[in-house]
Amino acid sequence: MMVEIYNGPLDVKAIFAGWLEESVERNWGAFIPFIGIVREEDSIEALSFDIYEPILDSWFNDWQAKAQKKGAILKMAHSRGDVPVHTSSYMSAVFSPKRRVALELIDEFVEDFKANAPIWKYDIVGGKRVYAEDRSTPMSGAGLMSKKD
Amino acid sequence: MVRIEFLGPIAKASIDIEANSLRDVALYLQQDIQLSVWLDKLAIAVNDTMVCDLDHVLKDGDKISLLPPVCGG
Repeated sequence: MMVEIYNGPLDVKAIFAGWLEESVERNWGAFIPFIGIVREEDSIEALSFDIYEPILDSWFNDWQAKAQKKGAILKMAHSRGDVPVHTSSYMSAVFSPKRRVALELIDEFVEDFKANAPIWKYDIVGGKRVYAEDRSTPMSGAGLMSKKD
Repeated sequence: MVRIEFLGPIAKASIDIEANSLRDVALYLQQDIQLSVWLDKLAIAVNDTMVCDLDHVLKDGDKISLLPPVCGG
């Protein structure tokens, strides 16, 4: 199961419906979706995203394996390119037999997504694409190339 | 030769260099003034696997990806 990548804003209803449909025959006790929406702030018109898919997929597969050990599964969709304010750039979800497992997993997964998924965010302001440097986090193990010994 | 790729906001074309380990790559990148603001924030992947060891041995044709700070969602 791979991350679903879409050009531009996510069609939240269609993606949500797809996930729900896939899960209908399964005996899940809990389904927790998370939907990220682009806020209107600092006069931005949109956010824009670059994604490095090979590492995103391996990062996601590691999480999927972790979820499966707890009897759960993860879903994720993300936008590439420009996403206007008030639309969605990110969706994820956990399906689990147990509520507690699902609540903990969605929290850990979304936090690690922010810290370690290879996705770069830009603000679109006045038609220009500006790297969101102050909101970005170095990935685990960053800094190796500045070492001298 | 190994190929170095700069991902995301680092506006730089890929380069090919001779390197036997990531240590050689680090020494090479440390000479590049343009990259000095990025170096301590970059994570490294070799052939799309994250690597944290400067002594990681490289072979001909390896792809080294430099990943600047991220922010999804």
